[in-house]
Amino acid sequence: MTPSPRLLLAVGAGGAIGALARYAATELVADGSGFPWTTFAVNVSGSALLAALLLLPLARRSPTWAAALGPGVLGGYTTFSATSAQARALLADGRAGLALAYVAGTLAACLVAVTLVGLAAPRLPEEDEL
Amino acid sequence: MSALLVALGAAVGAPLRYALGHHFDGAWHRGTLTANTLASLVLGACVGWSVEGSTLALVGTGFCGGLSTYSSLAVQARDLGPRQGAAYALVTILLGLGACALGYVLAGG
Repeated sequence: MTPSPRLLLAVGAGGAIGALARYAATELVADGSGFPWTTFAVNVSGSALLAALLLLPLARRSPTWAAALGPGVLGGYTTFSATSAQARALLADGRAGLALAYVAGTLAACLVAVTLVGLAAPRLPEEDEL
Repeated sequence: MSALLVALGAAVGAPLRYALGHHFDGAWHRGTLTANTLASLVLGACVGWSVEGSTLALVGTGFCGGLSTYSSLAVQARDLGPRQGAAYALVTILLGLGACALGYVLAGG
């Protein structure tokens, strides 16, 4: 079953906005060649916000808004591909320790963030976890 | 101009991830895993090809960034519980790194 065009459009529009916010963040403070702090901050803040999504009455009321804001804005804002590429570049550079610290640090920080927020926020239904 | 291309790429990537998740996410979120792996592969190829400027904005920052997600990965891993969640996250990260390296090499990087 394919998601309704309405939900796909909502996710597309939200994704565009989220990606723009991520782009703006990396334009403002470029990641450079060391620990990619900007991408790290984007992923941790985006994960925390997704875990908090259902604290927003609008997202609780409307599946379309939930899709636009969750898998849309926050899915587009956060990025997994960039972390893979950055870790690959660090490994290729011979900086395995930094690559490991980055990959493990991002995962750990995001998990801590969603776990802490989850103490206060309602659990997301499966389709909103995208 | 670059900003517009980033938005355009993500407007395609994000719904594609959503549809993949809708079709294939079950106990193991294979749809999200596929989206994250595919995005890492394509971004690796972009880097291997030394893609820059408008194309990188559209395909790399926009499409791959929109197709992949860290927020859902984190929430899904949390909800799977410590053991399964750790396994899911670890598999995602290793596949992502592998796919990115593969894309890089295939693109002649």
